[in-house]
Amino acid sequence: MNFADFVCFDAVIPELKANDRDGVIAELVSALDKAGRLGRGNCDKITRAVIKRENEASTGMGKGIAVPHVKYKGIKDILAVVGQSSKGIDFSALDKQPVYSVILLISPVDEPDKHLQAMEKIFKHLQQEKFRKFLRQSQTAEQIVDLLKEADTNPSL
Amino acid sequence: MIFCKWSDENGWMQTGDTVENTFCEAEVEIKNADGLHMRPAMQFVDIASKYEASINVSNEEASVDGKSIMQMSMLAATYGSRLKIKAEGPDASEAVEALRELVEVKKFGEPTPEEKRRMGQ
Repeated sequence: MNFADFVCFDAVIPELKANDRDGVIAELVSALDKAGRLGRGNCDKITRAVIKRENEASTGMGKGIAVPHVKYKGIKDILAVVGQSSKGIDFSALDKQPVYSVILLISPVDEPDKHLQAMEKIFKHLQQEKFRKFLRQSQTAEQIVDLLKEADTNPSL
Repeated sequence: MIFCKWSDENGWMQTGDTVENTFCEAEVEIKNADGLHMRPAMQFVDIASKYEASINVSNEEASVDGKSIMQMSMLAATYGSRLKIKAEGPDASEAVEALRELVEVKKFGEPTPEEKRRMGQ
């Protein structure tokens, strides 16, 4: 699976405005909503569901990244968005360090395999120091989108 | 060296020299419907990290550190897929046994596809 298959490039946020975890989640979900990807009336419900999931166990995996996610009935296709914060956000991460790059993922409930494939794609790159560094250095949405597109053609990035 | 291997139905062990460093390997099958998503992967890493032995988990495509949540999330181990768990260290056989139990017996505390279908009705 490629980033282009499930990341909504129109919703990418190069500098998140929110200063806390729940605010960041809300900001990213509304960006997907504004891009017309969530369907009517789902935005707030999805935000609450992602926060609920995050409260059960942090998706702050360490090394400045978090991958908040949820399985949601009203979604037909797997969907993700990327947001960056230069300030750093407290995500109660495993390594207790601030999070600078957030990839938020919403999956349909009845496609567990697709969800796993998207996670595989995300972590294959996020565990590369080079990729994390380029993501953090990105200043604009275009730079983030270019990086994701490049990652789709270059598996070692 | 103690070599041990677990088969599907019942485990069998082969014991050689008893030295501190032992090597143990098992093949397990993912039995919960949703596969090895983040929460099961975290349970796996939590258990693996309790042991001194180094733990490697692999499928046909990747070979990763069983104590790293990021690497474990890269396996995309779906329902029905098989993983090889290899441990090396003084507590290798205990580690492999605990991990095999988590995957195949406890099934990460999650439903199988059949159980999920029944719950949905």
